[in-house]
Amino acid sequence: MAKSKNPSYANINGRAVLYGVLIIVAAYYLLPLILMIMTSFRSMDEIRLGQLIEWPKSFSLDAWSMAWSEVQIGAREERGLRPYFINSILMVIPSVAISTILGALNGYVLSFWKFRGSELFFAALLIGCFLPFQAILLPQSQLLGWLGLSGSLVGLILTHVVYGVSFTTLFFRNYYVNLPHELVKAAKLDGAGFWVIFFRIILPLSAPILVVTVIWQFTQIWNDFLFGVVFSDPSTQPVTVGLNNMVNSSTGEKQYNVDMAGAIIAALPTIVVYVVAGKYFVRGLTAGSVKG
Amino acid sequence: MSVSRKKGIDYWLPKLVVSPTLVIALVFFYGFVLWTTFISFTNSSFLPSYDLVGFDQYVRLFMNPRWLNAMGNLVVFGVLFIGICMVVGLVMAILLDQNIRAEGAIRTIYLYPMALSFIVTGTVWKWLLNPTVGIERFVISMGWESFVFDWIIDPDMAIYTVVIAGVWQASGFVMAIFLAGLRGIDTSIIKAAQLDGANLFAVYTRIIIPSMRPVFFSAFIMLAHIAIKSFDLVIALTGGGPGNATDVPAIFMYQFSFQRGQLGIGAASAVIMLMTVLAILVPYLYSELRTPKNG
Repeated sequence: MAKSKNPSYANINGRAVLYGVLIIVAAYYLLPLILMIMTSFRSMDEIRLGQLIEWPKSFSLDAWSMAWSEVQIGAREERGLRPYFINSILMVIPSVAISTILGALNGYVLSFWKFRGSELFFAALLIGCFLPFQAILLPQSQLLGWLGLSGSLVGLILTHVVYGVSFTTLFFRNYYVNLPHELVKAAKLDGAGFWVIFFRIILPLSAPILVVTVIWQFTQIWNDFLFGVVFSDPSTQPVTVGLNNMVNSSTGEKQYNVDMAGAIIAALPTIVVYVVAGKYFVRGLTAGSVKG
Repeated sequence: MSVSRKKGIDYWLPKLVVSPTLVIALVFFYGFVLWTTFISFTNSSFLPSYDLVGFDQYVRLFMNPRWLNAMGNLVVFGVLFIGICMVVGLVMAILLDQNIRAEGAIRTIYLYPMALSFIVTGTVWKWLLNPTVGIERFVISMGWESFVFDWIIDPDMAIYTVVIAGVWQASGFVMAIFLAGLRGIDTSIIKAAQLDGANLFAVYTRIIIPSMRPVFFSAFIMLAHIAIKSFDLVIALTGGGPGNATDVPAIFMYQFSFQRGQLGIGAASAVIMLMTVLAILVPYLYSELRTPKNG
């Protein structure tokens, strides 16, 4: 909407103010990350004597190796965040895969194979997007106990799949509903069945929403703390629980450089995903939710 | 005949495909909510019991000053968090919509905190807000020796530090949603209004913002969802302290259910949380979804 054919001085000043505001706000979002990174490379001596905002005088990776594999967290034998990080990976991959597949199939049925009550089913499923998880924690922990899955990774994966499927279904359904229905109608007339239409027609068109769903589920599950702290035991705790234990259980002087290195380790996978694919995420999410 | 047989398969196959999810909804959503509600009417302590005691647990809950404090904190946090995120998100989206150079880079910077876990956000802000090592000490050493910024250890102000960290994390995401909404608006209406002499401010307040109702709706739902989940941010930032100053219902429920072995009162608190969510959402959903939409 650049309406300025010959920019006046007021206009130029306005632009300067605009960019000034945008840069100040950008600094507000960026500074904590920059300080985290800088602090993680400093030694504790330097932090004790130096400033919060200060270029590192020395460059040391000690805090990183401490956080990754040396610091004692709670009473567990293996040291550092590494075992927690591995747990998170083992948990997140099957959880994201299963909940995304379920969501795609549900969305496909709810858009192109409607049956009596399918709208009601969709509405009933959406409660899962808003359910405060406190309302299901007690029975879920009972159920996992009965199934012999208490504190196991399988139990944690089951929990993430079950309470993620509302969002994945919502994403796919809102996307599929806006696809041209003639495609599917024509294919049905030609005698193509349920799976043929899904794999040959719908799935190839699903890339944008697949990206959105996978990113959403990946960040939700990787960053989860509540299920991790309630449904895991020390050998299966995810990295968020490990980080929180590390930051809050250390005895003696607070090791801010180790805390910050640990925080970056816990955050790295999701930051990478956002920087690489974030624009597809926003584009796809809003394409679905704005049209609603 | 094969044609009718095929029709048969296509009749039951879609239902079969969604049946696992139907089971999930019935058992894990509705069944579990009913189970929690049932437990809230029993005298369960360490283990679930089936002795009904009426509303005793709810009476105990609302006689507990810690619970009332936690509810109050959620209201303060929820209103400020959602309100500030909406305002900041909208203003930043409008500013970014003015043909900005390097818009993509700026957008990524605003958005990345949303990728972080609340545990990470809490860890970082706990350090920055700590008066002896963080922002307060930095400003003092810059020469402003009377500077005080110790909200995180001040019981009256600590809840606002949760708002600061929460807004830092989520406002960029709201900005992205609003920006996409602005881009979706038909520019010919805007051009026509400008030709009629409407200034930029009037274009935004009269035309653009009113037409973004669905976008406000999406943003509100997402922020409310985050606010209710505020458990992990508070745990990592203040641990509910100092004292119980930043206690929220989610922490109350967790501690009474899983650490103190008072399942009955924990379940009652969970039911109240659910009721609160429904009380906010149902009228809103009803008014928004009643109007016919495409698809």
